[in-house]
Amino acid sequence: MSAVQTTRASSRQVRPADARRVRESPLSRTAAMLVMGVFTLYFLVPIWWLFVSATKDPGQFTSTEPLWFAKFSLLQNIHDLLHYDGGVYLRWIGNSLAYTGGGALLGTLLAAMCGYALAKYRFRGREALFNVVLGGVLVPATALALPLFLIFSQAHLTNTFWSVFLPSLVSPFGVYLTRIYAAASVPDELLEAARLDGSGEVRTFFTVSVRLMFPALVTVFLFQFVAIWNNFFLPLIMLRDQSIFPVTLGLYSWNTQVNQIPELRGYVLVGALLSIIPLIVIFLLLQRFWRNGLGAGSVK
Amino acid sequence: MHLRNRAVSVALLSAVTLLSAAALAGCSSSASTAGASSGTSAGAASSACAPSTGKVNLTFTTWVPGIQAVVDVWNKANPNIQVTVQTGPNGNGGTYQNFFNQLKAGNAPDLGQIEYDALPNFRVQDGLTDLGACSEVMAAKSDFVNWTWNQVSFGEAGHVYGVPQDAGPMALFYRKDLFTKNNIPVPTTWDEYAADAVKIRALGGYITNFSQSDVNQFAGLVWQAGGSWFSNDGTSWSVNLTSPESTKVANYWQDLISKKLVSSVPPWTSEWNNAYNTGSDWTWVSAVWGANSISSGAPDTSGDWAVAPMPQWQAGQAVAGDWGGSSTAVFKGSKHVYEAAKFALWLNTSDEALTMLNKAANLYPATTAGAKLPALAAGVPFYGGQAIYDVFAKASGEVSPSFTWGPTMTQVYADASDGFKAAVSGKGTLLDALTSTQASTIATLKSQAIPVKG
Repeated sequence: MSAVQTTRASSRQVRPADARRVRESPLSRTAAMLVMGVFTLYFLVPIWWLFVSATKDPGQFTSTEPLWFAKFSLLQNIHDLLHYDGGVYLRWIGNSLAYTGGGALLGTLLAAMCGYALAKYRFRGREALFNVVLGGVLVPATALALPLFLIFSQAHLTNTFWSVFLPSLVSPFGVYLTRIYAAASVPDELLEAARLDGSGEVRTFFTVSVRLMFPALVTVFLFQFVAIWNNFFLPLIMLRDQSIFPVTLGLYSWNTQVNQIPELRGYVLVGALLSIIPLIVIFLLLQRFWRNGLGAGSVK
Repeated sequence: MHLRNRAVSVALLSAVTLLSAAALAGCSSSASTAGASSGTSAGAASSACAPSTGKVNLTFTTWVPGIQAVVDVWNKANPNIQVTVQTGPNGNGGTYQNFFNQLKAGNAPDLGQIEYDALPNFRVQDGLTDLGACSEVMAAKSDFVNWTWNQVSFGEAGHVYGVPQDAGPMALFYRKDLFTKNNIPVPTTWDEYAADAVKIRALGGYITNFSQSDVNQFAGLVWQAGGSWFSNDGTSWSVNLTSPESTKVANYWQDLISKKLVSSVPPWTSEWNNAYNTGSDWTWVSAVWGANSISSGAPDTSGDWAVAPMPQWQAGQAVAGDWGGSSTAVFKGSKHVYEAAKFALWLNTSDEALTMLNKAANLYPATTAGAKLPALAAGVPFYGGQAIYDVFAKASGEVSPSFTWGPTMTQVYADASDGFKAAVSGKGTLLDALTSTQASTIATLKSQAIPVKG
């Protein structure tokens, strides 16, 4: 926890100096605000469009102003979406939460253990192992999807919950970040003291080290959460049974049929809007930790 | 990190990347050799089609919405042949690639939905079971509209590689109210259509929108003109994107584009819907399923539309084209070919299943009897109460059976679409697009070691 406090304290000290410098030059301040404003607009307009479109009656979609409201029927649209095809949308959301929540939690735990071990124990081949993991950061997950499919086919595990869940547990970036963070924030003397007091290694890890590494773990959790929630290619290749689809794949499937089944267009819009809510919620809740963890990882 | 460590990590990194690249390359190269060997062994012996004993479980991958309800009806009536529905995005959206992956991994479903234009690809990659040995399937040939059977048999007597599911016969959707109000007769030939385009442009509208990315619509127009983009003589493929018929159609539309008589907004966008909804575009030469695209995209024009047969190249002719349609195929490796074929036949010929498919997913049956379904006889309010499906039933009977798709349609569509987009923005012509696609298609076939002439 001390790491959190020092980071906060130092940022507090820095702020007045920053503010003074900005006040001295109104021109650069205006320019900065302008650039930020443009980018904010750039990122928010599509979400605004999505929100406005989702509130429209399906019939008004093409005939009304794209960026402003027509008849407000968001609730009716949500009701229709949740009841379409036997409520399959809710099922997809549930699946996404299961893949994402479970995958991010377990994935973070595994990454933490691995990074901690690499940071705190000396053993033969430690650096080689770490470098291999680091190499994993560079290989895009998309490139691994097809080989994974062939491997899972051998094990007769395609088209199951596990075929998407198990690969989601792996996070090379998480191992990297936790190793760096553990090296910096968990003092060897503390571990030494714990050992002298008779605490086993596992107990020390869970009771002492995890707490010290907490900001990094939240960052890893968030990264994993976002990555799994947005993971699309792996489910596309692995899954055939729509009762185990995550919401991304479900919406995509609908969207490919819009030409022939036009009413799906409305469901895709409302569904997309609802599907970003969990991300926004978790991001807002954990934003503080995210920033700290990222900062810690980048400086050390 | 130490310098030495960095050197090690760089070496390791490149090793890892090389390994994964090699793995990927391995996948793709072995896939193309499979295509090569099967391309020549085309007319392989029909696999046996004997009934299995005991209870049989089949898997069926399709993206038709609401098909589960139809399969439930079958499962209830056939306790010994139980079908599990698997689903996903549409074929080109990923399901075809999944089929190929599964065929490679040896766990393909028993049955799969494959559109007519993708079927030759699966055939060349040796992914389909020849149902020629299934006497019940062969006996059903006369139930289907002639041309749809040719799409799944590739014209080979005694062989068939899927059961036709639905068809997309084309006709002319037009704004009846605007034509009547301005005293313009509905065009029956392409010459009249071009003449009307001038009159409509003078009134501030466009006769239609030229779709730069719907290359299969263009193929439907070539199909109507009597052309065929591919042919296969049993040993090798010929590519005919620049045949006289194809050239004629390309020049016709290029003329309309050059004179700015047609609009050219990207299809399936709000902009495109809006062009129809506001009455700026007057007609659309499209398939039977297009009826729903208009009613949902241009809701303000309800009651103003009507459907007429496609304009003809020669007055007095009655020829139509096709845009879309799919089949139910049995994959290589299915252990229950007889049962799979039996289910596919029921799904695509029984009144019960066809009515449900039409209701749930607007599928237009590929059988002659299916065109007479009660659901297709009623007048449609959006089209002023016209019984529009009568027009399509007639059109379906007028589609030429000789059009053949090639084994690399995804590439053909992508290349032609690029050329069409350029032509629409004034760089080059539609014929240029077809000429360059002709060359790139032959190159692609050669690169996949598929025998091709030229």
